[in-house]
Amino acid sequence: MATEILMPALSPTMEEGTLAKWLVKEGDSVKSGQILAEIETDKATMEFEAVDEGVMGKILIAEGTQGVKVNTPIALLVQDGETAEAPAKAPESAPKAAPEAEKAPAAAPPAAPKPAAVAVRAADPDYPAGTPTKSMTVREALREAMAEEMRANPLVFLMGEEVGEYQGAYKISQGLLDEFGPKRVIDTPITEHGFTGVAVGAAMAGLNPIVEFMTFNFSMQAIDHIINSAAKTLYMSGGQMGCPIVFRGPNGAAARVGAQHSQDYAAWYAQIPGLKVVMPYSAADAKGLLKTAIRDPNPVIFLENEILYGKSFDVPVMDDFTIPFGKARIWREGTDVTIVSFGIGMTYALEAADKLAAEGISAEVIDLRTLRPIDYDTVLASVQKTNRCVTVEEGWPVGSIGNHISATIMQRAFDYLDAPVINCTGKDVPMPYAANLEKLALLTTVEVVDAVKSVCYR
Amino acid sequence: MAPRKTPEKSNISRDELLGYYREMLLIRRFEEKAGQLYGMGLIGGFCHLYIGQEAVVVGLEATAKDGDKRITSYRDHGHMLACGMDPKGVMAELTGREGGYSKGKGGSMHMFSKEKHFYGGHGIVGAQVPLGAGLAFADKYMGNDNVTFAYFGDGAANQGQVYETYNMAELWNLPVVFVIENNQYAMGTSMKRSTKSPSLWERGAAYGIKGEAVDGMDVLAVKAAGEKAVAVCRAGQGPYILEMMTYRYRGHSMSDPAKYRTREEVQKMRDEKDAIEHVRDLLVQGGHATEDDLKAIDKDIKAIVNEAAEFSKESPEPALSELWTDIYA
Repeated sequence: MATEILMPALSPTMEEGTLAKWLVKEGDSVKSGQILAEIETDKATMEFEAVDEGVMGKILIAEGTQGVKVNTPIALLVQDGETAEAPAKAPESAPKAAPEAEKAPAAAPPAAPKPAAVAVRAADPDYPAGTPTKSMTVREALREAMAEEMRANPLVFLMGEEVGEYQGAYKISQGLLDEFGPKRVIDTPITEHGFTGVAVGAAMAGLNPIVEFMTFNFSMQAIDHIINSAAKTLYMSGGQMGCPIVFRGPNGAAARVGAQHSQDYAAWYAQIPGLKVVMPYSAADAKGLLKTAIRDPNPVIFLENEILYGKSFDVPVMDDFTIPFGKARIWREGTDVTIVSFGIGMTYALEAADKLAAEGISAEVIDLRTLRPIDYDTVLASVQKTNRCVTVEEGWPVGSIGNHISATIMQRAFDYLDAPVINCTGKDVPMPYAANLEKLALLTTVEVVDAVKSVCYR
Repeated sequence: MAPRKTPEKSNISRDELLGYYREMLLIRRFEEKAGQLYGMGLIGGFCHLYIGQEAVVVGLEATAKDGDKRITSYRDHGHMLACGMDPKGVMAELTGREGGYSKGKGGSMHMFSKEKHFYGGHGIVGAQVPLGAGLAFADKYMGNDNVTFAYFGDGAANQGQVYETYNMAELWNLPVVFVIENNQYAMGTSMKRSTKSPSLWERGAAYGIKGEAVDGMDVLAVKAAGEKAVAVCRAGQGPYILEMMTYRYRGHSMSDPAKYRTREEVQKMRDEKDAIEHVRDLLVQGGHATEDDLKAIDKDIKAIVNEAAEFSKESPEPALSELWTDIYA
């Protein structure tokens, strides 16, 4: 009986991938452990091995096919003498936790379209009208920002775990080693406390390091150098000695990676005077803000998100596109309620705004983009117009950015409020592993919709 | 501690010896004055005196060239004076005044001088070690032959980040001299009570780093070892570890009750090993200087220290607007 070979999930956030290359052809005998194909995920190109022995009966997905959903049958393995024509039974052990994949067509279309670019709802204020744009993932935007700044300034270098020869744990630094060489793209041992200290020292001596944390969870090993050594030196030296450095990497929950790898540091770092804190949502913001971060003479925390890395947005095609810190962006104008968010929280905020529009509620959606400095004025002006506010963030509720925004609105726009501000946050628990519990722990669009209805008394 | 050793046939010049004498004496008198000002309430918070350890920084600074960098812990007054920072600016920082190196915003533990390549002044035990390697990284990146002296104590030597740094420094051949100032007590915990390692410099061997123990109470031995270490680093074969066997006469900080060692132990070190007395002996016995010559130097130093103390009292407190400056560049 023919055995279906399914498209494997090869990273925590992988939902689909490209079948880059078949290394066997129909009729070849296959041994257990033999490499069957190369599969390109959002993170890397991986070799895919056979589990069972047999003969490659039929290849169902041609090489070069993009957007093959996880668990899609990609080939049929038969035993000697069998034919591949036998109708394949649905896999008995298909994980229930992947309903999306089960709905995927048995054979993928020749080339799945790239994820659609998120439409920009309000005119983008960051570049002149009429500027040509191209669709680009957040990942590509970050890479371009680093490459452009490294070309422009020989003092800029990238340091971190697997940034060089591995081409980046999340492929953000892919190709940079080839272009800039090992002097400027530096693979470190797994030693966050130590290499962060080394990078901070190099910045004190006048270089412009970009430190990549494989994820921001590991920055806790290094937090003493970020806060005590980087953020405070300018002040402690009476202005003599600063620390021009960028700490960047994915922040917040990915998918199913458990409590120690799923945590949002926005509110943690936003508390520290001396740091600047950036958390972009779109690819254009990722690019423009990272370029600004690299040029900034201060230590900058640049919080990315693994789930957003593969998302595409329009990015202006300009020689030198930067976005200043401390300037929020109104993604969508509205009249009934202000939704304030940042980073991946914007996904829920914008989805909620769509749903609310269908129910006749007009939401203004503000992306803070930088958390230190915060653009209070844009938020306050909006609240003065809508008289209602909901904040949306993935982090924990206690001492959240939403708490701070609420307090500011209360102090500076109390008389404009028609309802108490509601903070939508992640749940106040360590991130569970089980799929159903994880879903419950994370923020949802429904929660944002409900919060908005509550402040609108609907 | 090894007995004091001096090169048998000393061909050290009179000027060189007098220089060491002056510099070490300046640190000692400065620190004694700081202790007084602390007692008078003019200096607040923590104040960690360097008395007893003067030969370490003075001997090593004798091996430095312009462009070399130094970084240390919170016991930093001696390092600043030895690299040529102005005693007035240091003392005024201790009193928290506008004329201090950090405009009064850093304090005893946090001073910096871009001009003298002094990178602090760090209050978290051991943090200066990777930072120091980072300074050396910058010099290597820029392609010059500068060397960084990264000073830390026997207490910091048990911090994990020191060994993370050793690993990278050797991996990348960073031009950094790790100077362990082993004064035998991490605050109040003696070496014996904190580690079973027979020596601290030998730990570098696990990372392939060369090093040695040095009599840190003998400025000439310090200088000789420093020259070797610096040469290794300048030749691109760094890092190098120097474990300076030294001793602090005063407490860990001004509020140290000193219950962890006897008065006799301290007195014995003063009598037998004092670094300044050692050079004084060499000067007098070698016929390089008379008692009167040395008295004249003492007088000069006292005048410099008194001038620094006066400046530190007269300099105004920082303007209140300084609260909000220097947070961002």
